[in-house]
Order: sequence, then C-alpha cells, then structure tokens
Amino acid sequence: MNLSRTLTAALLAMAIVMPAWAGPTLDKVKKDGVVTCGVTTGLAGFSMADRQGKYTGIDVDTCRAIAAAVLGSADKVRFVPATAQQRFTLLQSGEIDVLTRNTTWTLTREGDLGFLFAPPNYFDGQGFMVAKKAGVKSAKELDGATVCVQPGTTTELNLADYFRTNKMTFKPLVIEKLDEVENAFFAGRCDAYSTDRSGLASSRAGKAPNPDDYVILPEVISKEPLAPAVRQGDDEWFDIVKWTIFAMIDAEEKGVTSKNLDDMKKSDDPEIQRMLGVVPGMGKSLHIGEDWGYNIVKQVGNYGEVFDRNVGPASPLKLDRGINALWNKGGLMYAMPIR
Amino acid sequence: MNNASRVRLILLQALVLGAVVAFGAWLIHNTLTNLESRGIATGFAYLERQASFQIGETLIAFAPTDTYLRALMVGLLNTLEVAILGCVLATFLGVAIGIARLSSNWLVRTLAAVYVEAVRNVPLLLQLIVWWDVLRVSAPAPREAWLLMPGVFLSNRGLVFPLPSFTDGFHWDIPHLVGFNFAGGHTVTPEFAALLAGLVVYTAAFIAEIVRSGIAGVAKGQGEAAAALGLKPWLAMRLVILPQAKRIVIPPMIGEYLALTKNSSLAVAIGFPELMSITNTTLNQTGQAIEAITLMMVVYLGLSLATSGVLNWVNARAALQGR
Ligand SMILES: N[C@@H](CCC(=O)N[C@@H](CS)C(=O)NCC(=O)O)C(=O)O
Repeated sequence: MNLSRTLTAALLAMAIVMPAWAGPTLDKVKKDGVVTCGVTTGLAGFSMADRQGKYTGIDVDTCRAIAAAVLGSADKVRFVPATAQQRFTLLQSGEIDVLTRNTTWTLTREGDLGFLFAPPNYFDGQGFMVAKKAGVKSAKELDGATVCVQPGTTTELNLADYFRTNKMTFKPLVIEKLDEVENAFFAGRCDAYSTDRSGLASSRAGKAPNPDDYVILPEVISKEPLAPAVRQGDDEWFDIVKWTIFAMIDAEEKGVTSKNLDDMKKSDDPEIQRMLGVVPGMGKSLHIGEDWGYNIVKQVGNYGEVFDRNVGPASPLKLDRGINALWNKGGLMYAMPIR
Repeated sequence: MNNASRVRLILLQALVLGAVVAFGAWLIHNTLTNLESRGIATGFAYLERQASFQIGETLIAFAPTDTYLRALMVGLLNTLEVAILGCVLATFLGVAIGIARLSSNWLVRTLAAVYVEAVRNVPLLLQLIVWWDVLRVSAPAPREAWLLMPGVFLSNRGLVFPLPSFTDGFHWDIPHLVGFNFAGGHTVTPEFAALLAGLVVYTAAFIAEIVRSGIAGVAKGQGEAAAALGLKPWLAMRLVILPQAKRIVIPPMIGEYLALTKNSSLAVAIGFPELMSITNTTLNQTGQAIEAITLMMVVYLGLSLATSGVLNWVNARAALQGR
C-alpha cells in the first residue's frame, strides 16, 4: 500500500517531468482500442466486479457508453480500481482516460487538481448510517460520536463542517480501504458511518450482516454531484465524455431505449435523427463516428435504463429516482440540445 | 600528482557537479511548467491554508480551522509516539526472546524459536489487521463496557482510564459514559493499541535474532571464565556476556528501529492518524501529491538520520569502553 502510493507518485512525477504531454486522449484511445476508466474497488450499484471479473454499475455503464461512442463497442473498456485516495493521481498521471468513480464535482478539484467534470451521472448528498439499536433518529443526536470515514473524500470535510456548524463534537476514524471501513462500522467500532447516501445504501445492501439492523438517518448534509472527470487541456476528449452523458439523458427524454431503438431510427423527430446519426453531422463535430449515439443506447441504454438496472427500486440498492429524475419530471437530469 | 593534473581533476569534478545541478534544475523547471500547463497547483503555500478536516487522535490541540501544517505536526507527533514506545518495548521483548532462544531449557528454547519463525514469516500488514480485529471484536460496546478497576473501562472503543488533572487544584479526571462514548480520562484506542502491539511483536522477532547472534558472537571462553569465577548464569549473562554483546548488537539494531518507524506508516490500513495518514488526506484534498510526498520523505529521512545519529554515538561509546 505504501509502495503503491510511492509508485503512483513517482509515476506522476515522471509523467509530469517529461517535456511533452502525450497527444490528445482520443488518439491514444483509438490507437489502443480501449478506454481506460478509474472505478471504485467495489461499491455495488456504482462499480463492482463479480467473480468472473465482469464489472457492473452506473459508473461502469458510463465508461462503457464512452467506449461505445468512441470505439463502437461498449466492451472495449479497461477498469482500474482505485480507493478514494488513489483516484486523483491515476487521472493526473494519465494512467486512466477518465475517472468514473462516484466523484464529487468541486471547485478545488477543477482549480487545484487540474480536472474538468462532465455532467453528473448521479446527484447525491452525504448522510449517516447508524445501527438501529442505538436508537438514534436524527444526525443532530450524534454529538460525541465516533464516525467511520474514508480519507481523501469530500465526506471527510463535510463531516468537520457539519459538526462545527451544529456545535457538536465527533471523532473521525479514517480508514483507507472501503472493506475495512465497512468491517469496522458493522463490528460496532463506530457509532455512525458517513458517506454519500447512495454509498450507504450500497454498503447496507451488500455488506451488512443483516441490512434491517441499520438505518440511514434523514439528514442530507451536503450536495454531492457525482460526475466523470477528465484532465484539463484536452477539450476534444472532454466534449466526448460530456456529450455521452447528455446523449443518455436525451435518449430517455425522447423515449429512445435499447429495446425500441431500431424503430426509433425511423422517427421523424429531428433531434432523434441527429442523435442516432440518421441525419449525420453530430459525430463529425465530436470527431467520432456518426453512430455514436446509436451505439450508446443500443449497447448500454438510456439514462433511465442504466439507473433502474444498477441502483433503482428493482436493484438491491432500491434507490428512488428522486432528484435524478428528468428535468421535466421534477428532477435535475437535463441534457443540452444535440444540434 | 602534478599540479596540472590536479587542476584538471578539479575542473572535471566541477563540470560533473555543474551538469548534475543543471539537470536537477531542468527537471524542476519542467515539472513546474508542466504542472502549471495542466492546471495542477504547485508550491508549499497550501501548508498555511485551513485543513478543514478533523483528526481523531491528537497529542496537541487540533481543530478543522487549523492549518495543514499543524495537521502534519499532529501526524508526526503520533508517528513519534508509536515509534518511540514501539522501539523501547520491542527492545525489551526482543532481548528477552533472544536470550530465551539460547536457554538450556528445551521448552523455553523451542517456544522462542517458534515465535521468531512464525512472526517473521507473516506479513506485518496482516498481523496489524488481525490485532485490530481481535481488539475490536473481543471487547463489548461502550454501554456494556467492562469495568476493570474503578474508573478503568475496556470496550471496543479502547481502554479508558482516569488521568490526574491540575486545573482548579488536583483531582482525578474520571471517565464516564456520555451518550455514545466515554468522556474524560485518557483513551488508548484499538487502532493505537493494535499498531503498537503489531509493531512490537514483529520487530521483537528480528531483534531477538540479532541478540541471539550477538550473544553467540561473544567468545565462548568469556562465559566459561565467568562460570569459573563462580558467577551464577544470569549474573554472567548480565555482567559479562550482554555488555560485550552490546557492541555487536547495536549496529544492526539501528536498522530495526528505522524499520519500525517506517512500518508505522502501515497504520493507514487500520485508521491510526500518523504522518502517512495525514499526508494522504492532505495530498488528496490539495492535489499536491509531489509536494506532500516530498515533505513526507524529507521527514522520514530526518527521522532516520536522527535515529542513526543517536545510535552511532551510543555505539561509538560502547566500542570505546570495551578495550
Ligand atoms: N463523493 C465523495 C466520496 C466518494 C467515495 O470515495 N466514496 C467511498 C465510500 S461510498 C467509495 O466509493 N469507496 C469505494 C472504494 O474506496 O473503492 C468524493 O468524491 O469525495
């Protein structure tokens, strides 16, 4: 762990010390025939590998959609698992092309870390999970609590803000590996576990000895827009990632799904025609194939399909669409016009 | 050597030095330009900025409104705490086991050998996690804490005991249950205890081997002479053998102390906020990986040099006294 940290830093140092930055990401991706994405080390619903090494999750699907758009195949992806701690150096050093790993879009991550964020693929907020038998009903009762948390997250900072503004004290127990954080919490070492509420739902569903013994408190103490990130200075690549997300949202809005896609190709809605490449031009603008939108929806699905499959009410996480509904259904998912 | 060739030699060395410095400057210049062109922040100004995170265990007062620099100080002090305590305890345990390995009693000798072999062959990280699991799982929740002695409680939050307090005259600051946790007194957390136990048990195995070979290295005649003078075996060990073994033992011990200090950074796995852990958080929140890692390397290097310095001095004195 030590060693890997030092190695990543050395890698970063090396990548950065070299005079010229290896050409634009799109060229590299096309040459290698694979999109390399940073994902979690295992958070069901977001990115998780099964026994066969097959990855699933909403972040995994975002990565697959990018590959479908750029390379014509959602399977031309390579996943690099990273803890909260490791993820940023991976992106800075160029080891991954895009970070699709429930990462919150913040000012300093753009201004100081040198990233740009595409539109969020999940709007979240930070919450707390406690054991039911503790009898806690509100986060306001957590004065003096020990709180389990992963380092290098916005979670760590929001906790300090929240307890300070509410004039309460707490002791963070900061552990690098998610598995160990979960073990510590479920073994009773911490009074509460805090992270994005989607993460809490995932841990409870996937890791709790008995999910019913744990409750997620009602308070949402922060805004956590989880979004894909790329390095600054490669606008072409940034555009592709950005419009991949928009295409997925737009497809849902227009009622285009992986099932009805081929019928929809005959639709006379001009926006659908542009998105699916029936009327060419959009692919050219993004410097990729005209079938980019078609491939995304065909191979991965529209945003709603991806949400339902991975985190929706039918999945173990059982999350409502909530603010992740389309803008015209009371949510925040809004795609810019594809034209 | 004549004058001309001496001048040439000096010139050559100056040239090489110049080239190294120029290369270093080129590297630093490139790094800075490239970091800037990629929008990554540079410089050490971040140390003065507000850290905004909380730290669970601190030897000096710390609040999220303090600077990153102070956060790193907290981490360094935590590293020093576990390193110093660890080195002292590992030395006692290691010497005891080293002597036990040479015992004339078969059982003692064998147990010591098994200890050394077992402990040296299991990765330290794994041992730390096992210690941590044991300490966490075997103790009850705070509300059901075991009362070991009046005022002393053991729970999965650690061991709490009273501390003398001198504010408003002398009194005991006695731990008591408030809400979830104990307030007052002093707490030894499972993380600290696991780290300390893990480092001590692991390092002691190596020290034991050093001590054993040190004792074996003292001429056999010395032990026999001591016996001939009528010294009891343990007195012979203390007065004759160990003082001489010390000279052989100190140099390799330096290496063990350094290893223990560096190994303390494995604490990131079990949540004890030492230097590495604070550096990790700082690095991720500021994005200044190169600065943060450089700073950490400088600190570890400083610790290493200081430890070697002290022990080399001790060694020189031990060596002088001998003959
Ligand atoms: N959204 C937050 C937190 C993201 C985060 O790392 N969450 C944890 C807890 S849910 C996680 O995904 N861990 C998975 C891992 O370390 O592999 C951020 O960007 O800082």
